Amino acid sequence: MTDAGNDYRLRCLKQMLRIRLVEETIAERYAEQEMRCPMHLSIGQEASAVGVCDALLSDDRLFSSHRCHAHYLAKGGNLKAMMAEIYGKRDGCIGGRGGSMHLMDPDVGMMASIPIVASSIPLATGTALSDKFDGNGKITVSFLGDACLEEGVFHESANFARLRGLPIVYVCENNLYSVYTNLADRQPDRPLTDIPAAHGIAHRHVDGNDLESVREAALWAVETARSGNPTFLQLDTYRWREHCGPNYDNHIGYRTEEEFQTWRARDPLDRYRKALEENGTLGGAGFADLEKDIQAEVNGAFAFAITSPLPEPTEALAHVYA
Amino acid sequence: MSMPETTSAPDAPVINMGTAIRDGLLEAARRDPSVIFFGEGVEDPAALFGTLKDIGKHIGHDRMIEMPIAENGLIGIAIGAAMAGKRPVVTLQRVEFALLALEQILNNAAKTHYVSNGRHNVPLVLRMIVGRGWGQGPEHSQSMEAIFAHVPGLKVIMPTFAEDAKGMIAAAVEDDNPVVVIEHRWSHYTTSPVAEGYVHRPLDGPRTVRKGDGLTIVATSYMTLEAVRAADKLAEAGYPVEVLDLRVIRPLNLDPIVESVARTGRLLTVDTGFRMFGIGAEIAAEVTSRCFDILEAAPIRLGLPDHPTPSSRGLVKGFYPDAARIARTAAEMMGLDDARISAIEEDILADRKDLPIDVPDPFFKGPF
Repeated sequence: MTDAGNDYRLRCLKQMLRIRLVEETIAERYAEQEMRCPMHLSIGQEASAVGVCDALLSDDRLFSSHRCHAHYLAKGGNLKAMMAEIYGKRDGCIGGRGGSMHLMDPDVGMMASIPIVASSIPLATGTALSDKFDGNGKITVSFLGDACLEEGVFHESANFARLRGLPIVYVCENNLYSVYTNLADRQPDRPLTDIPAAHGIAHRHVDGNDLESVREAALWAVETARSGNPTFLQLDTYRWREHCGPNYDNHIGYRTEEEFQTWRARDPLDRYRKALEENGTLGGAGFADLEKDIQAEVNGAFAFAITSPLPEPTEALAHVYA
Repeated sequence: MSMPETTSAPDAPVINMGTAIRDGLLEAARRDPSVIFFGEGVEDPAALFGTLKDIGKHIGHDRMIEMPIAENGLIGIAIGAAMAGKRPVVTLQRVEFALLALEQILNNAAKTHYVSNGRHNVPLVLRMIVGRGWGQGPEHSQSMEAIFAHVPGLKVIMPTFAEDAKGMIAAAVEDDNPVVVIEHRWSHYTTSPVAEGYVHRPLDGPRTVRKGDGLTIVATSYMTLEAVRAADKLAEAGYPVEVLDLRVIRPLNLDPIVESVARTGRLLTVDTGFRMFGIGAEIAAEVTSRCFDILEAAPIRLGLPDHPTPSSRGLVKGFYPDAARIARTAAEMMGLDDARISAIEEDILADRKDLPIDVPDPFFKGPF
């Protein structure tokens, strides 16, 4: 999915860094009011997207939610088309019709992002059903948040996936909050993995901020799914910034600065960089060079988006019907 | 009585609409291996009122997918399968079960082609069946076409006659868009000569089923049959009116309606669903805008009254528009005197004799 060579470690580090720099740049420039759509950043959650997607083949499928930037990029989605979409421009991945919450790039299996909680879960289950019919070996990943386990449609989908032995991996990114509401106020005190277990779905629970743990679990989940057994991963992580928007919001009263700092110290990017520096995979100036190169790519994508034209109002009439 | 227009040979076998739909689905599925069926009881002995009877035996049981009792999830799964290239046909025993899946239908089925800028198609058929009679009551008898017709991206069709239904269902399966098919249970009993083999009828708009210059009636589904009966009695009395079977609710093709009203100067709509905010309201508003100068009477809408459907045959009396009320309303709009109107009305009511209110009139079985 990237050109960082055959070493998955460098490939994954680079992808996490790329996602981080894209989103930090969005946060930095959001106040310009040129990215005029709701913005749900994944900063702090990069390891789950990258670790899972590195276990996939390019024609495997992925469905995401409103918080889809990291999934889109990790699956190989085109960065320029993503930025143009966020800027509402004609060269956007879907011509400005969806904005930040609807990113898709079907050419690389990034099927769709749907911003209604849990709404994409049955769609993912449906492509898995179709692929099983076709015997084409593809699997589908359904990224979902902890709140999706409260939605009936997750259970409806999981029940059917297990009943039919569908090639699907449900990846639950547990970042503890639904907007401002903590998991403890929404679900009883029991392991989240009790839920897939109740549906008879094999599951693993790992540190979602540890790239190696995520990737290893994902390789198991993907291989198991490819053999016709749906799987479930719980990846614990934390969203650093506000639910929607570019800012930090630890001061407004729903979570504490102390809690944030605890998770900040588990930064998936920083942890993996240090690990690769310590084991010699990444040389002395390696990270700084990567950062410089990727920031140049990111700046190029922003420039592309800014210069791309706005679509014409008449284009809004197209594609109501096929 | 005269026959509605039909293209089938008069010696074609006479079958009912439910069977015609089943035959149309089977033909469509035979032609395209990507057609798969979902239903709660998809291959059970009742086979969705017989409309899926033995399809699995012909095309393979693997293409008949038993739905767990999870309408939102399973319709979402069908949408996902459609995005991956399948042509799912989902059949629900009653329209009301679709309400559990409105999120998937209104957000994902309707919008995926649009939001994806044309990259994804959702070739999906959602069949929903309207119940009536024998105390079906508040939540087993709604047709709800206005809800689905409100949403851009969905197609909504309501077949009335057997051969047309056979061709329309094949067209729906072949359509690259999500098509909501609202089938009235009493229309399932309606018979006509139906051509054997593959039949295709385009989802292009209304069909004229009675000709006349006195007034234009636009009706949907089962109400078309009531309108036809009213029109036949009016014609016998010397007042021929035009009846258009709307067939395709969305996209709404108003041109044949406007063309007809331009000749008759009068519009009467008869909804299968609720009158308020119904299909007739949209048609009346559009036709009035286009034909204001030539209207000889204010358009009138008939439909279900402004309360839920009660179960008791005592409470349901007068609830549904019928041929007598349609004929009376049409005659009043044409300015007939009250004695003539009453005679026509009594003629219609006499045919029904003392038949209970909650069973279909044998008249409506046809053949048409």
